[in-house]
Amino acid sequence: MADHDHSHLSDMEIRVRALETLLTEKGYVDPAALDVFIDTYETKIGPRNGARVVARAWADADYRKWLIDDAEAAIATFGFTGRQSEHMVAVENTPGTHNMVVCTLCSCYPWAVLGLPPVWYKAPPYRARAVADPRGVLADFGVTLPETTAIRVWDSTAEVRYLVIPMRPAGTEDWSEERLAELVTRNSMIGTGLALSPETAS
Amino acid sequence: MNGPHDLGGAHGFGPVIAEDNEPVFHADWEKTAFALVLALGYTGVWHIDDSRHGRERMPPADYLASSYYEIWFAGLQRLLIERGLVSEAEIDAGKSLSPPAPLTAVPAEGVMAKLMAPELYERPAPAPARFKIGDPVRARVMNPAGHTRLPRYVRGRTGRVAAIRGCHVFPDAHCGTEEEDPHWLYSVAFASDEVWGPQGRAGDEIRLDLWEPYLEPA
Repeated sequence: MADHDHSHLSDMEIRVRALETLLTEKGYVDPAALDVFIDTYETKIGPRNGARVVARAWADADYRKWLIDDAEAAIATFGFTGRQSEHMVAVENTPGTHNMVVCTLCSCYPWAVLGLPPVWYKAPPYRARAVADPRGVLADFGVTLPETTAIRVWDSTAEVRYLVIPMRPAGTEDWSEERLAELVTRNSMIGTGLALSPETAS
Repeated sequence: MNGPHDLGGAHGFGPVIAEDNEPVFHADWEKTAFALVLALGYTGVWHIDDSRHGRERMPPADYLASSYYEIWFAGLQRLLIERGLVSEAEIDAGKSLSPPAPLTAVPAEGVMAKLMAPELYERPAPAPARFKIGDPVRARVMNPAGHTRLPRYVRGRTGRVAAIRGCHVFPDAHCGTEEEDPHWLYSVAFASDEVWGPQGRAGDEIRLDLWEPYLEPA
């Protein structure tokens, strides 16, 4: 199996490099531009962006209201704009309702606030089951919700992208935004996890 | 199209397995494939609905056996050939065998501006919205062979309009053309047990963003 995987990856490495060479030779791509695309999503844009948005929503009631009423504008104040986050909606978890985001048809995901999606988000098990068996999916992530909590699954079928505002953990009442942001995980903003408790985070 | 990409409700794929401390990319070729897809997309030679349709036309058995960046790479090659930008012979040879098409590469210094600029899909409304919040609506039964964003699992099911998103570019018309044909886009709430019957769960809900041509009054 390991040998198979290795040869498989090598095959892709060869094919992708060959196409890169061809497209560069044709003048369709600037190789230096490719590095900028890669570096941006490897090092600059990721779930820390979304964590800052959520932390502010927890700490500032006016910002929370703005985020729910007009997520695009509220998120843009951080400078988080652009590709795959053009039309944003923020949805808030409460004791009565838990939100979870999926794209059953492809891999739509709010890049500007969460970066590129993890492999599982794009793979068939999640895309197939999130809409039909969200509690089973949550169990795969080790999360059990109270029986009284309803689940609302958002299937990203258009160009609207969703950010989940997880519930603020207890025991964080006097925390700064910076400390709160440390509790906000990527999965809690997709809805496949909860925010960390102060005990778990420390 | 009723393709392998339309996965909502499918059985047999097993549990969701998440990798701890997952890297953004798992191999150098993934980085390059990702960047090539973005770089070509920003030349304007095709748009996002074309890209999606390029991927979902991968043969079903191949699609389900491929990683997501393999799917992206296959979709890129398909579109490059279809648009006459490269030939299969050139892909096999890994070098250019004919003059290039007139296409301007996105320069490195132009990348950040492209990435940060919102590419909005909302358009002025050509007509008033047919439905209002709270209206019961049924997702139409349809099986178009071309690109659509109406998943199979809600076709024929009844929900209610939960929000109105504005008037957006309509993928079914946009794909393969420059025709935007904007239509009203609604957030439609479907009860879990309306969609899944006895395997659904009362109180749970699925929300989809659906264009007006996908909907009829219920």
